[in-house]
Amino acid sequence: MDNILSIVTFIPAIAAGILALFLHGEDVAAQRNAKWVALVATTVTFFVSIGIYSGFDPSNTGFQMVEEGRWLMGLKYKMGVDGISVLFVLLTTFIMPLTILASWNVTDRVKEYMIAFLLLETLMLGVFMALDLVLFYLFFEAGLIPMFLIIGIWGGKERIYASFKFFLYTFLGSVLMLVAMVAMYADAGITDIEALMSHQFSSESFSVLGIYVVGGMQTLMFLAFFASFAVKMPMWPVHTWLPDAHVQAPTAGSVVLAAILLKMGGYGFLRFSLPMFPVGSAVMTDLVLWMSAIAVVYTSLVALVQEDMKKLIAYSSVAHMGFVTMGIFAANQQGIDGAIFQMLSHGFISAALFLCVGVIYDRMHTRDIEAYGGLVIRMPAYALVFMLFTMANVGLPGTSGFIGEFLTLMGAFQVNTWVTAVAASGVIFSAAYALWLYRRVVFGDLIKESLKAITDMSSRERLIFAPLIVMTILLGVYPSLVTDVIGNSTAALISNYDTALAAAEAATQTAASH
Amino acid sequence: METTILFAPLVGALICGFGWRFIGQKAAMWTATGLLFLACLLSWIVFFTFDGQTQQIEIMRWIESGSLSTSWAIRLDRLTAIMLIVVTTVSALVHLYSFGYMDHDPQWREGESYKPRFFAYLSFFTFAMLALVTADNLVQMFFGWEGVGVASYLLIGFYYRKPSANAAAIKAFVVNRVGDFGFALGIFALFFLTDSINFSDIFASAPALAEEKLHFLWGEWTAIEVICVLLFIGAMGKSAQLILHTWLPDAMEGPTPVSALIHAATMVTAGVFLVCRMSPLMEFAPGATGFITFLGASTAFFAATVGLVQTDIKRVIAYSTCSQLGYMFVAAGVGMYSAAMFHLLTHAFFKALLFLGAGSVIHAMHHEQEMTEYGGLRKKIPYTFWAMMIGTLAITGVGIPLTQIGFAGFLSKDAIIESAFAGGTGFAFWMLVIAAMFTSFYSWRLIFLTFYGEPRGDKHTHEHAHESPLTMLVPLGALSLGAVFAGMIWYSNFFGHADKVGKFYGIPVAEASEYAEAGDHAAADTSHGEDSHGEDSHADESHADDSHADDAAHGGDHHYVFAGEPGEGALYMAPDNHVLDDAHAAPKWVKVSPFVAMLLGFVVAYWFYIVNTSLPARLAANQRPLYLFLLNKWYFDEIYDAVFVKPTVALGRFLWKRGDGNTIDGFLNGVAMGVVPFFTRLAGKAQTGYIFTYAFWMVLGLAALVTWMSIGGGAH
Repeated sequence: MDNILSIVTFIPAIAAGILALFLHGEDVAAQRNAKWVALVATTVTFFVSIGIYSGFDPSNTGFQMVEEGRWLMGLKYKMGVDGISVLFVLLTTFIMPLTILASWNVTDRVKEYMIAFLLLETLMLGVFMALDLVLFYLFFEAGLIPMFLIIGIWGGKERIYASFKFFLYTFLGSVLMLVAMVAMYADAGITDIEALMSHQFSSESFSVLGIYVVGGMQTLMFLAFFASFAVKMPMWPVHTWLPDAHVQAPTAGSVVLAAILLKMGGYGFLRFSLPMFPVGSAVMTDLVLWMSAIAVVYTSLVALVQEDMKKLIAYSSVAHMGFVTMGIFAANQQGIDGAIFQMLSHGFISAALFLCVGVIYDRMHTRDIEAYGGLVIRMPAYALVFMLFTMANVGLPGTSGFIGEFLTLMGAFQVNTWVTAVAASGVIFSAAYALWLYRRVVFGDLIKESLKAITDMSSRERLIFAPLIVMTILLGVYPSLVTDVIGNSTAALISNYDTALAAAEAATQTAASH
Repeated sequence: METTILFAPLVGALICGFGWRFIGQKAAMWTATGLLFLACLLSWIVFFTFDGQTQQIEIMRWIESGSLSTSWAIRLDRLTAIMLIVVTTVSALVHLYSFGYMDHDPQWREGESYKPRFFAYLSFFTFAMLALVTADNLVQMFFGWEGVGVASYLLIGFYYRKPSANAAAIKAFVVNRVGDFGFALGIFALFFLTDSINFSDIFASAPALAEEKLHFLWGEWTAIEVICVLLFIGAMGKSAQLILHTWLPDAMEGPTPVSALIHAATMVTAGVFLVCRMSPLMEFAPGATGFITFLGASTAFFAATVGLVQTDIKRVIAYSTCSQLGYMFVAAGVGMYSAAMFHLLTHAFFKALLFLGAGSVIHAMHHEQEMTEYGGLRKKIPYTFWAMMIGTLAITGVGIPLTQIGFAGFLSKDAIIESAFAGGTGFAFWMLVIAAMFTSFYSWRLIFLTFYGEPRGDKHTHEHAHESPLTMLVPLGALSLGAVFAGMIWYSNFFGHADKVGKFYGIPVAEASEYAEAGDHAAADTSHGEDSHGEDSHADESHADDSHADDAAHGGDHHYVFAGEPGEGALYMAPDNHVLDDAHAAPKWVKVSPFVAMLLGFVVAYWFYIVNTSLPARLAANQRPLYLFLLNKWYFDEIYDAVFVKPTVALGRFLWKRGDGNTIDGFLNGVAMGVVPFFTRLAGKAQTGYIFTYAFWMVLGLAALVTWMSIGGGAH
């Protein structure tokens, strides 16, 4: 299978096409068929994608399974994976069947719903595999549209506002990235990502409009990309679209948003910012580190006072992404390993937490924390699952949540102890808001009349959670499953980064001595 | 065998927690208990057959990232062996005890099965605690550290219907997290400086760390001092030392067996264990250990004062635990780690005994915990009475002064007080002596209020007071043996002459005279490189040592000093650490002082609660501000609520409404998001469905194009 990457990427799209072309009607049978087609397609995608994992050689730090071909209008189609991207591909294929299963009770425009999710999967996979600037941008931007639709059509009461907010925020961020991409093409004359990584963009400082730009071109390009990735991540202070989007999105939409879409920002930093603009990154490092630390504390505090379950978890997501950006810009092995690990782990944990909200939302149709209490009495299995993921969310050792937080903090400590201390205080706040949420929803006596007949999780729901539980504990106990795969690529990334910085430093000194 | 000890409780927890639906409640509970007794038996075998050589048993890889490499592994040395017997013995007995205590719990309704869950939590706790004490690196220790925190959280909140139990559980977890925050930073600092988190590597680089500087937050510090203080912050949280102690009294919301196991005998001593485990670092950090001594002594005093006026039987014992932990930290702080471990061991027996005894009283009195409702129970529950009596004799330190005959607490507590005197801080010494007097007072007060005098409170309850079943009395008996004999049996191992202690812990010792020559040599060698402060203290102590050496010569004792390198043996005591010898040579009045304090406390308690029972109430009325100050635990909770909790929540609300709402969204709405309402209006006018359908087909077309292109022209 020479083109396994393309196969994995486009199976969902083909399934979407089949649905669009051949499935008609809105009756129960048609709905059932749509669900099954989607489920089978995503599951097949997952099993095929295991081929990518087993065929992947961790000792090779370059791109693997590369496919290259001409494409329309002189552009190039190039796909490939390396240690940094391969696990995001697997995360995506792993999560998607679960989201389809979680959507089993959707009754409104089921066909379109499934098409949207299937297309979304293709586009997300494309983002992680694309090795051409234009192709990447296409996947990156097009991915917005299905998500926009998912929130806008199948969302809650305020869905229109939330979907536009989501779209505009991320779109405006990306426009700047497009400008930078054009500039990159103008400078380097190529759009091949692999080649761009070894291209040196000018880092000579200059003045624009009276502002002295340290790091010159690189800094400007960094900022342009940063605008896009920071929104996507989302980083403080451009995070406010996320809570709204999460609250309004249907459960499965929230799951995809939190588990996969947010990871594109972090992936972008690792694929573009650090390798292509090392000097720009170094110039901005302090700012990003501080933004991360503030994000952790700020959003944790805000999470503490939320009254809506989904909003609380959304804010907690922002806090966890703060650890990711902190780890990436610590730019050392522990930091970046930790950041990637944190993104993967957050993919499982946040997905599970949003699913936990979904389980009781499906029953009670409210996300108000106030409306619950004492669920443990009627829903012991649910209480157990929710407890496990609450603990994973607060970074309990033995769950995957710990490894990422611990490594990113460890990496950051070597760079800036203040940032580390501030961010580490987040572990105190996270314990507070997560346990406080759990207590109000699950513990206490069950006295509310409306809850007296609530039922525990069905076997379908248990089936959804089982793989997430396995992954969360497995990665917590044996994280080498991940670090073995990413370790060498991370090391290569860092060594290139350091070399580039040293070279730039030397160049500046030579220039100064002349 | 060590692996079996570690994993037996985990297997028990899983079988009991998940399997009880298949094998039945009773079978599940007995499985967990049986596995615990197995672990206990094996632990004692390990303890007695251990030869002093540190062993490492690797189980599996864990976190690996660049130069960071940690594995799941067991480090077996004397320190581990001591903790193994403490943890598994108390845990096994508490499992057994819980059969009786948890049998008919009125907190639960008919048909609710809570027992397997309780046993599963207990076993899980034991596993986490064992993971903590067997760790061979700091990260695994942190795993156990947080693991016991979770178990504690689950068990404090075991009665999940009770709001107070839930609040106490969260408080315990969050306050512990404050400590963990420090602990984690300490680990990061160690990794940063030594590039490893394995104990053996860290210990080996301790002398180098004492020379290094670390830029941490606002200043440059001696690296080792920062690290030790950070690690100690972790210990403060777990061991409920002053400032971070507030969670422990509230933790009494959990069922009493939990209080005995977790909040008295094992988990709360983890902080002491940590400081002892880190002795190779602590020995090089005089500033940090000075702080530990100061804080330990203050806690011992503070908690004892609060204990004087509490009326809830479990809270009295909880404050007593807090206070006793302070003793252990003083011992560790002055460099007598083995005395700290000694008290940890004996305390585990007598404090678990007191808690389980209190549980037996509570069980007899239909879950009444106020001592004001007790009285005259001596005849009703005689076995419990005698168990509590033994516990009290042990904790107050009854024994024959100037000999090595006495209850467990007599030997270990006096060892600490003598060490505090020898360690050279008058503050710590006097605080501990005063605390010993208070300890004696509140312990006897507890006995008198509970078992003597007239029955008070509900008449019906008193009439139906009954002795506990055998499953509860057997653990009381077993622990009583420990409370009586543990001190006398192991005195020489923990606090005997240096050669005995050295042999026990696997620390190399040298003849004093030989070492003196070697020491002179080292002092002459400048590369040894102690800072001036270190040399001063060295000179002082060697001076003290000279006079002491004469004493020893008169006594005809062999005279040895510790001569290990950091990391050799289970503890490290620097060659210039003479506290052990100085403590033995302490003046007679020092050695007798805790005994006198104990007698004073007893006499006052007897006078207050047997002879003149109206006196306490009058005294409380006369000294009302002081009484309220103590009753309200020095107002720590109120202060924390006002200074930390409320402002944090207010800040969160402010950031949410003003920060996110007005500022960020307001700003962005003004600049860019002003278009959103425009679009929304447009969408509203043009019918929502239309615009979405349009977008939908657009993306579908796009995807089809990409697919076609890539299949047709792209991927080969």
